[in-house]
Amino acid sequence: MTAIPTSAPRARRLAATPGQIALALAIAAFLLMFLVLPVATVIYVAFTEKGTSNFTLVNFYDFFRTELFMRSLWNSFYVSAMSVVWASVFALPLAYLTTRFVFRGAAIVQTLGFLPLIMPPFVGAVAMQLFFGRNGSINLLLDDWFGFKIDFMEGLNGVIFVQSVHYFPFILINLSAALRNIDRAMEEAAQNLGSSGFRLFRRIVFPLAMPGYLAGASLVFVKVFDDLATPLLLNVKDMLAPQAYLRVTSIGIADPMGYVISVVLIVASVTAMWLSARALKGRDYATTQRGGGGLAKREMTRWEAVLGYGTVFLILALVLAPHMGLLLLSFATIWSYSPLPDAFTIAHYGRVFGESSIYIKNTLIYATLAGGIDIVLGVAIAYLVLRTKLVGREWLDWMATAALAIPGVVLGIGYLRTFYGVTLPDGTPLASLWITIVLALAIRRLPYALRACYAALQQISVSLEEAAENLGATKSRTVRRIVVPLMAGGILAGFVTSFSTAAVELSATLMLVQSNSDAPLAYGLYVFMQSAAGRGPGAALGVVAVLLVAACTFLSHLIIERSQKAKGMGH
Amino acid sequence: MNANVSLTTPAVSVDIEGVNLSYGTNHVLKDVNLAIRPGEFFAFLGPSGCGKTTLLRLIAGFNQADTGQVRLSGKDISGLPPWKRDVGMVFQSYALWPHMTVRRNVAFGLEERGVKRAEVEQRVEAALGLVGLAHLADRRPSQLSGGQQQRVAVARTVAVEPKVLLLDEPLSNLDAKMRVQVRRELRDLQQRLGLTTIFVTHDQEEANTICDRIAVMSDGVVQQVGTPMELYERPANLFVANFLGTANILEGKVKGAGETRAFEIEGGFSVPVPADRTVPEGARLVFRPQHAGLVAAGTAAPGLIALPCRVVHREFLGASVRYGARIGNSEVSVDLPFQSGSDLHEIGTDATLTLPRHALMWLAA
Repeated sequence: MTAIPTSAPRARRLAATPGQIALALAIAAFLLMFLVLPVATVIYVAFTEKGTSNFTLVNFYDFFRTELFMRSLWNSFYVSAMSVVWASVFALPLAYLTTRFVFRGAAIVQTLGFLPLIMPPFVGAVAMQLFFGRNGSINLLLDDWFGFKIDFMEGLNGVIFVQSVHYFPFILINLSAALRNIDRAMEEAAQNLGSSGFRLFRRIVFPLAMPGYLAGASLVFVKVFDDLATPLLLNVKDMLAPQAYLRVTSIGIADPMGYVISVVLIVASVTAMWLSARALKGRDYATTQRGGGGLAKREMTRWEAVLGYGTVFLILALVLAPHMGLLLLSFATIWSYSPLPDAFTIAHYGRVFGESSIYIKNTLIYATLAGGIDIVLGVAIAYLVLRTKLVGREWLDWMATAALAIPGVVLGIGYLRTFYGVTLPDGTPLASLWITIVLALAIRRLPYALRACYAALQQISVSLEEAAENLGATKSRTVRRIVVPLMAGGILAGFVTSFSTAAVELSATLMLVQSNSDAPLAYGLYVFMQSAAGRGPGAALGVVAVLLVAACTFLSHLIIERSQKAKGMGH
Repeated sequence: MNANVSLTTPAVSVDIEGVNLSYGTNHVLKDVNLAIRPGEFFAFLGPSGCGKTTLLRLIAGFNQADTGQVRLSGKDISGLPPWKRDVGMVFQSYALWPHMTVRRNVAFGLEERGVKRAEVEQRVEAALGLVGLAHLADRRPSQLSGGQQQRVAVARTVAVEPKVLLLDEPLSNLDAKMRVQVRRELRDLQQRLGLTTIFVTHDQEEANTICDRIAVMSDGVVQQVGTPMELYERPANLFVANFLGTANILEGKVKGAGETRAFEIEGGFSVPVPADRTVPEGARLVFRPQHAGLVAAGTAAPGLIALPCRVVHREFLGASVRYGARIGNSEVSVDLPFQSGSDLHEIGTDATLTLPRHALMWLAA
């Protein structure tokens, strides 16, 4: 070895290829255009004097001075908080019983527990009216037998009831996962040191599962706070999201109050998410070790079993009530002032598949496009963040994820205001085109698709890509032949999440739908449900929506399972 | 392993010159210079974190040096991206693509090179035949055992007839028995292909058994380059002596000069330094356990260096017995061959440690 004078330090090769830089810029432009700009516009309008561009706080002063708005603000908080409480009441027993005990049918309980999610909450609201309303089945029977009624569905109670039944799966999913992730050794160590029973639960199990519960609870809070369609359908108008919608649709797009309410909605969402993130910080308690099982499952005694199964049955009956009601309603001729419909027909379905099939067609197109946009963006962002050293790549992730904190109604208002001025050559405003609905849906669902793509890419060992490069494949060839095929399962999962939630989304679309021929299913449902005569066809449309989403979810589950098996990723 | 596959191009040399690499303030490779000869089986040996894998990935193009060059047969490849380098790498995890069959895995590199379809299939067959796995071509990687996966990874790499073969700890995911078998296969294959091969390992036994020459690395610095025997018999410094085999190390100081020059170890014992030896600054006395002898106190043969000691420890190792002997404040190991019926030294007895002059080394850190 002869010593060779070291050459002058040379610059490292550029951290990214020109193609990657172009891709990043294109994504950034898209997000700026369709997420940041509309939201910024909303905030801008809220802080400027009407008709001028002068900064002012007078709009907020007006907001806090108006009794209706303050009541709406309080009602939104109250409904969200109570929904969390009741959702917890439904979710806790299910999660606890199925993870801590040998529970026959635990898998069924966990699966049925997800069912509410695949139906828009406002659809369930109609069915719930029929069962639990003042003249619904339950109250009619109660009145008959005991001579009193319970106000399940009166005013805010109705919203709370519908929302907690609809959103409790978020708590169930997160809490169950947290409970299952507790290493059995945690429990055994406590037992070994002399702890047992309720003390063991209080001091070890509950604290370890707390982060999962909080994550689910904050999600429920934000979802309920932002939801527009459910209160509207239940005719509850003094909440924030309906107020924002009503101001913009009845008074006009120039009225600043809609924007002020939007800003308040954003602040509330961001605060709730920030608080839960702060509470969760440094508390990633996934303690399962390699080879270690979850918590020990115990056999129930006879009485525990009676109590346990009884509770589970009752809760499941409750959460499945909207589905049952919807199904009955879709086949009912007349259902009024009676516990069950008077007679049955399939005419509603005929109408849905006849004149109203445009809704289904539109939904399929919109949701497919939105899901497609989401997975393309999701894969690209995940790749840029995880596999390149591009400066500022995290910003793409943050921007896309920020969409979580933007309520649908706010995005809708933002789109209207921002893109109404933008006209096509023939004079049609951009905001009135159906593609705007697709973009809004894509932005709203992007965070979910992104997380799925992110997780899928994270699971792929970098050496699989290096091996391809080593054998002569360029970066883009490697992405095409190795990365994307290996991510297929995650991409599909992301697509289905986007597709199925976009298919039943209403908050943003309610603002953006300009004509009936452009309307998606959820909008059609909403229109149907407004009138008593439309309830039958509306329910039929709802059943179609539920089946559509359920079929997609099941199909993707099947495909993912098969591809996992083929790849032998089970170990 | 029966197919006829041979390299069509002559083996290349790999020259690494003046390579420095830092991650931030962490200086991972410090002025590395290595000349690897054509057709040589060369090892980068060192403990984890010594920079050996970083150096290998630098050759493959996955790391970029701050300074210096990597040259194949004299041609600088430092500016080439990984996919243009034509250096085949077998990854520690094998990195077999789970969504492709064994056949498609092996065909990948040929397809990327635009080789004609018929020839691809033929060369895939040949490469799989070379590692004796032609019958498993249509399986998925997950359906293979660890040893089989390792061989597929090798086949996938040699199928493209790379200029250099890089092996990143290829045996670390195999059980002990497979490891011995596979390392022989690797050596056979390399001999047959005559392919310049670089092997990264932290296991000195692996490096010793299959490599022509070894570069011992520590802390980003190449400590010594040589054949396994050279490294064992003439380590350049304490690190190499310690890393390859067991070494007894005694601290002390050189006293006197010329004929009377001696190394005085702690506790006042003195060992004469042969006139032809140089003793570097801060050096310590080093010898291998099997070079020392242990006899009853005062019975040392003339001509040997004799140091009084006390037996403090005894382990039966099968072919030999390892004694711990205390000299002053230090304890050294002495390996004596075990013969049945022979008397063993008892723990707690005084004895004499004997050392032949040629077995002594004075090495600095």
